[in-house]
Amino acid sequence: MEYVRSIEHGDIVHRCFRCGYCKFPLDYVDFNCPSYKAFGWDTYAPGGRMWLARAWLSGEIESSQTLAKVFFSCVSCDNCKDQCVFERFREYLPDIFREVKAELVSEGVVPPEVRDYFKAIITNGNPYKLPREERGTWAEGTGLKEFRNQEYLFYVGCVGSYDEIGRKMARSVGTLLSQAGVSMGILGSEETCDGNEVRILGEVGLFEELARINIETFKERGITRIITLDPHALNAFKREYPKQGAAIEVFHYTEMLAKLIREGKIALAEYPATVTYHDPCYLGRHNGIYDAPRDILRAVPGLELVELRRNRQFAFCCGGGGGNFFTDILGTGEDSASRVRVREALQTGASVIAVACPTCAKMLDDAVKIEGMDDRLEVLSIAEIVSRAQVR
Amino acid sequence: MSETLQSLKEIVGERGVSNRPEELWFYSRDPGVLDPHLPDYVVAPKTTEEIQKIVQLANREKIPIVPMGNGMALTGLVIPLKGGIVMDMKRMSRIIEVNEMARYAVVEGGTSQGVLAAYLQDHHPRLRHSLPDAPPTTTIAANVSLHGQGRLTQQYGFNSDMVTGMEVVLPTGEVCKIGSPSLGPYWFSKGPTLPDLSGLFLGWLGATGIITKVGLKLFPNKKFRDAELFVTDRVNLVPDILYKLTHLEMLEDINVWFQPKPYIFKDNYHITIYFTGDTEEEVEFKRRMIWDCLQEFMDSKDAGFMNTQYMKEMLLEMPQRGIAAFADVPRGGGFEYSGPITIIEHYPQYAANVIRLAEKYDLLYASAARLISGGHSMMFSISFAFNRADPAMMKRVKDALDEATAFVLEMGGVPWKPNYVEQRMTMEKMDPVSRNLLQMVKKNLDPNGIMNPGNWEVN
Amino acid sequence: MYALNVSEKVCATCPSADCLLKCQYMSFGSKREAHEEMMKVMRGEESRVLHDCVTCYACEEYCKRGNHPFYLISERREEKGIYSAPRPITNQWINMTRMQGKQMVGKVEDTALSCCFIPDLLGLGSGELFRDVSPAAVLGAEFMCPAVHTHFAKMSVIKERLPIVIENLKNLGVQEVVCLHDECYGTYTSIAPAYGMDVPFKPVYYMDFLLDRLKDLEEKITPLNITVAYQRPCSNRLIPDKHRLVREIFDRIGVDMPDREYQDENALCCAELFRPISGYRLADDVQKRNIDDMLAAGAEYCVFNCPACQSVLSEKVSKKGLKPVHIIDLCKMAIGEMGREVQ
Repeated sequence: MEYVRSIEHGDIVHRCFRCGYCKFPLDYVDFNCPSYKAFGWDTYAPGGRMWLARAWLSGEIESSQTLAKVFFSCVSCDNCKDQCVFERFREYLPDIFREVKAELVSEGVVPPEVRDYFKAIITNGNPYKLPREERGTWAEGTGLKEFRNQEYLFYVGCVGSYDEIGRKMARSVGTLLSQAGVSMGILGSEETCDGNEVRILGEVGLFEELARINIETFKERGITRIITLDPHALNAFKREYPKQGAAIEVFHYTEMLAKLIREGKIALAEYPATVTYHDPCYLGRHNGIYDAPRDILRAVPGLELVELRRNRQFAFCCGGGGGNFFTDILGTGEDSASRVRVREALQTGASVIAVACPTCAKMLDDAVKIEGMDDRLEVLSIAEIVSRAQVR
Repeated sequence: MSETLQSLKEIVGERGVSNRPEELWFYSRDPGVLDPHLPDYVVAPKTTEEIQKIVQLANREKIPIVPMGNGMALTGLVIPLKGGIVMDMKRMSRIIEVNEMARYAVVEGGTSQGVLAAYLQDHHPRLRHSLPDAPPTTTIAANVSLHGQGRLTQQYGFNSDMVTGMEVVLPTGEVCKIGSPSLGPYWFSKGPTLPDLSGLFLGWLGATGIITKVGLKLFPNKKFRDAELFVTDRVNLVPDILYKLTHLEMLEDINVWFQPKPYIFKDNYHITIYFTGDTEEEVEFKRRMIWDCLQEFMDSKDAGFMNTQYMKEMLLEMPQRGIAAFADVPRGGGFEYSGPITIIEHYPQYAANVIRLAEKYDLLYASAARLISGGHSMMFSISFAFNRADPAMMKRVKDALDEATAFVLEMGGVPWKPNYVEQRMTMEKMDPVSRNLLQMVKKNLDPNGIMNPGNWEVN
Repeated sequence: MYALNVSEKVCATCPSADCLLKCQYMSFGSKREAHEEMMKVMRGEESRVLHDCVTCYACEEYCKRGNHPFYLISERREEKGIYSAPRPITNQWINMTRMQGKQMVGKVEDTALSCCFIPDLLGLGSGELFRDVSPAAVLGAEFMCPAVHTHFAKMSVIKERLPIVIENLKNLGVQEVVCLHDECYGTYTSIAPAYGMDVPFKPVYYMDFLLDRLKDLEEKITPLNITVAYQRPCSNRLIPDKHRLVREIFDRIGVDMPDREYQDENALCCAELFRPISGYRLADDVQKRNIDDMLAAGAEYCVFNCPACQSVLSEKVSKKGLKPVHIIDLCKMAIGEMGREVQ
C-alpha cells in the first residue's frame, strides 16, 4: 500500500480490524472511550482513528478541521491500548494518534482551541493566559517556602497554580504534607508547565523546550526528588523526562500521604461519609497507582469506600485528558465523559467523589453542577478529605 | 447545503448527520474484502420517530437506506452499494425492559451484545442471552436480522429463533409491531400462534425494514460453566462424535474447529464441549456422561480428551477475544469467513474443501463449526486471514470465499449472511417459486427499492 | 541410531520381579506371573502389560537392577504400534513440543539454568536462591527434555530430539546445567545413558542446588513451622536417589512432613495423564485417594516438585483446604522472600 505521508508507526495502522473492543472496558458495561461516547460516530473511536489514519496516510482523505477534531478529541486515557485484542501492536495506539497529531500540527491543521492552547503556553508559560508572576500565589498563607535544598520539590503544575479548584487542592496537599514533616519547597513563579498535554497534542518542539527548561531548573537547583500534585506532571516527569536527560525520582502526593498515614504521622478522626474514588487516568492506567489513594481513604475512621462500577484500570476518564480540559472539544453534552461519570458516581450511593487530580476535580465538579447534583454529590480531593478528618 | 442534508439535520439534529469526507469514507466500507462504496450521508438516529421520518424522506426522494450495527458481518452488508444514507443504529442503545419471570429482554435496535451481557450480569445474574463470539460491539438487532448464532444456539437454535417480538420501521415508513407486542405489552412471542410476520424481516439483511426494538429470549445462567476438549485426527469420525454428544441433551454448546497453527493444533479436529450446572455435582455428572458417551473412540485410540488447563480461561471467555485476533496472523488486520449452514454428516467434505481452498489460493485458514439445535444442522465456518496492505491477497480471499459458496450450494447447504454476489448465486440455485416469493415480499414491502438495495435483489 | 541398553539376562535372573509385582495399577497373582509377563515384554511378545501400563514411571524405581522396565515397555509399545494415549493426543504432544527457533537464552557462561519448555520455571528459578544462575536461564523446545514422550510410547521422538537438545546445551559452552525439573535431570542421568547418549556437561539437580543455597543463607531462614504433604512426581522415579533431598530441605526450613500411606515408593503420582490413557475413573480415584491421604496426615500444605502436577492438582487440593505451593516457593518463604499467602 502506497502512503503519501509518513509517521513513525505508519506500518501498523492497516492492522486494525476496527472490531471495537477498544471502545469498551473488559466487561463491556458501557462505552469506555470518551470521544466515542460523546460524539457517537465510529470515526471518533480508536478503530475509527486508525482507519482514518490509514486513509490519510494514503491520501484518500486530506488533512481537515474535521480530521483534526477526530484526533484532537482523543483524551489519551489509554483504555484502547489496554483493551485492544491485538497484543502485538496495541501498545502503539496512543503513539499513532500522537504522531498523526504531530503531523497535523506541522501542517498547521489544528482546531483553533488547540492552537490557542499552544500560544498561551508559549507566551505565558500556562494555558490560562495569566501572568507568570501569579503562578505561585496559590501558596500564600500556607507557609510553604521556596525550594532551597529541601528533600522534595512540590510541583504543582498549571491547573494547580491557576484554577480555583486546583489551587484549593494545591493548598490542601501542600499544607498537609508540610505539617506532617515532609521537607519540601516550591518553585512558585519560577515553575514552568510540565508539557504533558503539549506532548500528547503533538507539539513535539514545544514539549522538548519545556522539558529542557524544567530539567535545567532541576539541575541548577539540585532538585532530584519531586512530589507532584497532578498525575499529568507525574507522567511527564516519570516517563518522558528521563528520555530528555532528567535524573529525578517522582512521586504523586497520594503515595506520600499513604506512607505518612501508615507511619502514624497524620492522625485521623472520624469522618463519616460514603465516598467513591475516581481513578485518574494518569495516576491509574498510565502509571499503575491504584492502591495508595484507596489506602488513604480506608484509613479514615468512619469513611465507607464504595467502588465506582468502572474502577481501577477500567475507570472511565473524566474527559479532561489529551488537552481537552482546556480545548473542551468533547463539550458538555449529556454524553460528555464527566457528566456520564458523575451519574455513575451517584449510582454508588456515595455523597462524595474523591479525586486525586486537579483536572478530574474541576471536570467532575463542573459536571455535578450541570447535572444538578450538587445537593447530593460533592467532589473533594483526597487531601481535603484527609484535612477534614485530621485530628487537630 | 442540500435540501436533503437540511431535512436530515432537522430530523436528527446537527450531531446526528454527517456528509463530511471522514464519515463518508469510514462508513463506505466494512473490514471484509469487498470494495467500498461511498454513501451520500451518514445518520445516527436516537429514536424510532427519527427513523420513521428519515425513511419517509428517503421514500419521497428515492434515497437508499442501509441500516448498520457495527458492520462486523464482514460480507459487505453495510456497504451502501447504491449510495444513499448509512444509518448507524448504535445511538439507539437502551435496554428497555427485562422480564425476569418470562425470561425476555427488550432492547433498542442499536444495543450491543456486550452491554446486554454486562447489564444482565449486574442486574439479573440468573439470566443470560445467547452471546455470539463476534466482538461485543456488534448489535443484537443486526445479529438476529442475519440469523446469527451464539453460545446457546446448540441448545435453542439460531439467535433469530430467540426473538420474542420486534418493532420495525417498514420501508414505507410505518412503525409496525411484530408478534405479541402487536397485541399487548408483553414481548414473549415473535409470531406464534399468529401468522409469523417476523420472517419478513429476519434474514433479510436490512432489505425489508429497520428493526428499532427487539425482544430476545433469556435463559438460565448457571453458576458453573466448564469445557472439555475432544480431539481426533479422523475427520470421518466427527459426525458420529457429534451425534453421540447431542444425544445427551445436556450440553450448552459444541464447537468443532481445526487450524494448522500453532503446532499444538496441527492435523487434529477439536471438539469443544461446553456444559453448565448449578452445583459442582451437576457439572461433574455431565462431565462423566460426556466421557462415557465417547468411550468407544478412546478405546480405539482414535480420539481422546485434551488437557485444557492452560486453555481453560480462553475457552470459557465470552466472547472469545482470540477469535478477532486471528485478523493479525498475517499482520494485516483482516479476516473474512464464509459460514454456511449444513448437516453434520457433511462435516468431512466441508473440512476437506477448506484445506483445498487454502492450498489453491495460498491462504492462512481456520475453521470453526457450531452445532445448531442439538445437531439438526451446523454452521461451518471457513475463515481466511488477509493483510489489508496486500490487495492481491484480499482478492484471493474473495475468490476463495466465492468458490466456497459455490461448493456450499452444490452440497445443498445454505449460505449464511452472503454478500450480494453470493446472494445472487443462492437465488440462481433456488427453486424458482421460492425465488418469486422472495421477490414478491421484497417488492411489496419496499416498492421504491430503498432498503439496502443490491441485497436480495432478484433482478 | 540409538538403542535401549537392556539385558534379557538381567530380567531372566531377577529374583523379585518387583517391577511388575509392586505396580500400583496392574495386579499379578504371583511373582512368577509377574516375571513371565515382563519376560514376554523383554522378548517382544504380546503381553497385557503393553496395554494396561498407565505410565506412572514407578517401575523404573522398583527395578533395582537398572534394567529400565518402563523404557522397555514404551519401546515395545512403539514397535507394535500400540498407543498408550489416543493417537491424536500423542501426535499433539509431538507437534506441541517441536523446535521452532523461538528459544530464550539468558547470559550463559559456565552454567545454564534449564527451564525446559515450562515458562513457570522461569518464575520459580528466580530471587535470592537462584541469584547467581537465573540470568543464565534457558527456555524453549530447543532445550526441552523429551522425556514426556515416554508417556506416549514414542521413544523414537526421544531418540531423535534428545541428541539435539544435548547439542544445543553443549553449544552454549556450559560445564553445568542446573535442572529445575526432575524430568530434565532424569533425562540426562537416566534416559540418556540408557540409550548410550553422551552428556557432555554436568547435570545439577535443583534440590541439591537449593540445599547448598539454603546452607549459604542459613542466617536468613526463619523456620516455617508448618505441616505438609509432598506430591512426588512421576519423573522423580527416574532419579530415586534424589528423593531423600525433600526431607533434607524440609528439615532445614522447619517443615514437618508426617508419614502417610502414599509416600516414598508407594507414592501416587498426579494421575492426570491417566485420563487420556485410561479414562477419568482411574484418574479421579487416584487423585481422591492421594488428597484424602494428605488430609488424613494432617497436612496444611500440599508441596509440589513439578509445575505440571501443581497445575492439575492445585485447585483440587485447595478445595479440600490444602494450600498448594512449590517446594522452591516454600524455601523462598523461609528466607522471607515470599509471603505465606499462596494462590
